[in-house]
Amino acid sequence: MSVLCPDIPAPGFSFENCRRNVMLENKGLALPKATKTGTTIVGIIYKDGVILGADTRATEDTTVADKNCEKIHYLAPNMYCCGAGTAADTEMTTQMISSQLELHRLYTNRVVRVATANQMLKQFLFRYQGYIGAALVLGGVDSTAMAVFESRWKPDMEEAEGVQLVRDAIAAGIFNDLGSGSNVDVCIIRKGAVDYRRTYDEANKKGQKQNSYKYPKGTTAVLTTKVVDIEEVVVKRFESEEMDTA
Amino acid sequence: MSILAYNGGAMVAMKGENCVSIAADRRFGIQAQTVATNFEKIFEMGPHLYVGLPGLATDTQTVMEKLRFRKNFAMLSHMLYEKRFGPFFVEPVVAGLEPKTYEPFICNMDLIGCINQPKDFVVGGTASAQLYGMCEALWEPNLGPDDLFETTSQALINAFDRDAISGWGATIYIIEKDKVTIKNLKTRMD
Amino acid sequence: MSLAVKPHYPDYSNAPIQRSFNPYADNGGSVVAIAGDDFVIIGADTRLSAGFSIYTREQNKLFQLSPTTVLGCSGCWCDTLTLTRILNSRMQMYQQEHNKIMSTEACAQMLSTMLYYKRFFPYYISNVLVGLDNNGKGCVYSYDPIGHCEKATYRAGGSAGALLQPLLDNQIGQKNMLNVKQESVSQEKALSIIKDVFISAAERDIYTGDSIQIKIITKEGIKEEKFELRKD
Repeated sequence: MSVLCPDIPAPGFSFENCRRNVMLENKGLALPKATKTGTTIVGIIYKDGVILGADTRATEDTTVADKNCEKIHYLAPNMYCCGAGTAADTEMTTQMISSQLELHRLYTNRVVRVATANQMLKQFLFRYQGYIGAALVLGGVDSTAMAVFESRWKPDMEEAEGVQLVRDAIAAGIFNDLGSGSNVDVCIIRKGAVDYRRTYDEANKKGQKQNSYKYPKGTTAVLTTKVVDIEEVVVKRFESEEMDTA
Repeated sequence: MSILAYNGGAMVAMKGENCVSIAADRRFGIQAQTVATNFEKIFEMGPHLYVGLPGLATDTQTVMEKLRFRKNFAMLSHMLYEKRFGPFFVEPVVAGLEPKTYEPFICNMDLIGCINQPKDFVVGGTASAQLYGMCEALWEPNLGPDDLFETTSQALINAFDRDAISGWGATIYIIEKDKVTIKNLKTRMD
Repeated sequence: MSLAVKPHYPDYSNAPIQRSFNPYADNGGSVVAIAGDDFVIIGADTRLSAGFSIYTREQNKLFQLSPTTVLGCSGCWCDTLTLTRILNSRMQMYQQEHNKIMSTEACAQMLSTMLYYKRFFPYYISNVLVGLDNNGKGCVYSYDPIGHCEKATYRAGGSAGALLQPLLDNQIGQKNMLNVKQESVSQEKALSIIKDVFISAAERDIYTGDSIQIKIITKEGIKEEKFELRKD
């Protein structure tokens, strides 16, 4: 490989660290855990479409890593999907599928059908035999949220009623499952329109602090100080052109 | 013990009013043995952009070299996810000002590139539990550069004093539109 | 995440089958205590949980042992129940034998002995004992599960102990700060800091939340307070 003409990196996953990592693991160093979503996600069908809902907490073991993360992922203009499991997997999987769907749309010149996305996701996840820990769309409905549905869902619901049901189901997860928490996100998909309501309900607010912990200047002991001035950088941005899809 | 805790280290980045801070300890150790007290874990990636790479020290340096070479920062998360099944043992912390708008920006990632982009602060390294506790109490919105320096420094120092494998000095960067202030802090050395 | 997955086929193995039973449960919870010149405050959250579910949102984890001594427990709840039951009867026996109430120091020593008595099958509890000493000064004792005892002026223990302790070091112990006067903490300040550290812990530790129960011990007696936390 030359610096002037670098190789095009191989596509797909790279396994070059695996041998080393197995060696480290065999020396008794435990492999770290990735961030999990530890999630309550739901979806229901109502009269004119579907409603998806999700909480917004991501956990790393028993600490909260992200208090307001986005678990309803964009797939296509007419499609969103909730993700639960290993946070990076849900994020990357939906991104990859989303770009494939867009290419598919351009290629076929049709609105992509949900069945297509479903099939793509199935094939993708099956290929990795469960090693990619993404439970997508409606794979991760937990028992607390399901209990709400079992008692209150009925065919042909009105939209407002459906949104309320989804909110209550997520709230049940947020309050009763320690892996889920923070706020409720809701995404309503009707024919020809998507209504993504980020932070539909702020189910939990941070408590009001009693004190301010501002420190007077000079509280921290400093050994050396260096100031680097930055000259005005002129950033020229090239506006991207629309792809010619005619 | 986890591989991420092999060398130890603590890192924190905070948002302020038109400024951001990123700070880390200076210890390099092999498990409980301290080997050096001048190990930098934060790297300049651009005039307003700094990245910290707490975790396994060898991967800290490898990932830094890879970033230097590619200089394509948006790809860090994808670079980590590429190695989904054989990851680098680093949990990057990124702090900087957006180009043009100079909006404060902070984020961190887990070792396979899951981005977390909160409005207040991010932490990383072996003292992350302690840092979470400190930052949740100390952070408040709209801190100016001087206040942000004190708050970030106090959060970091008090947090790593309760972690056996990080500390031994600290470096903090305060990034503003027209300048970056780099300070070495006086801390306990035990 | 493990790559070195070895296939396991139990039907083809000659190794003896091993069953295990884990007698301990981790029911979470955090305790924080701060001592001053003439008072001591202890707070504990009221969430009792296991794994990813909540057993109850209103579990009292502070146990009054005498008019001047309170014990805060977090960890394995069944061990807490047994330990406090035995402690209470030991307190009663002491009172009837010596015709006086056990002092906080004596109580602290007794707890240490009782924990070490179970050295090889310990109570899985993080204990924080607070009270007023014979001079009316507040004191805090913290323990490991097998009876190591340390006297302090402030202490955080339980599932969010690591999150809370550095803030107490800073705000009560005044560590790592220049230009500060070393002065003992006032009751109002201590109370507000306890509330603030729990607010922080509830944000990040999934086992801490719902509300906190606070006991303020002075020579006038014990005052109780409740403070709400987030419930997710």
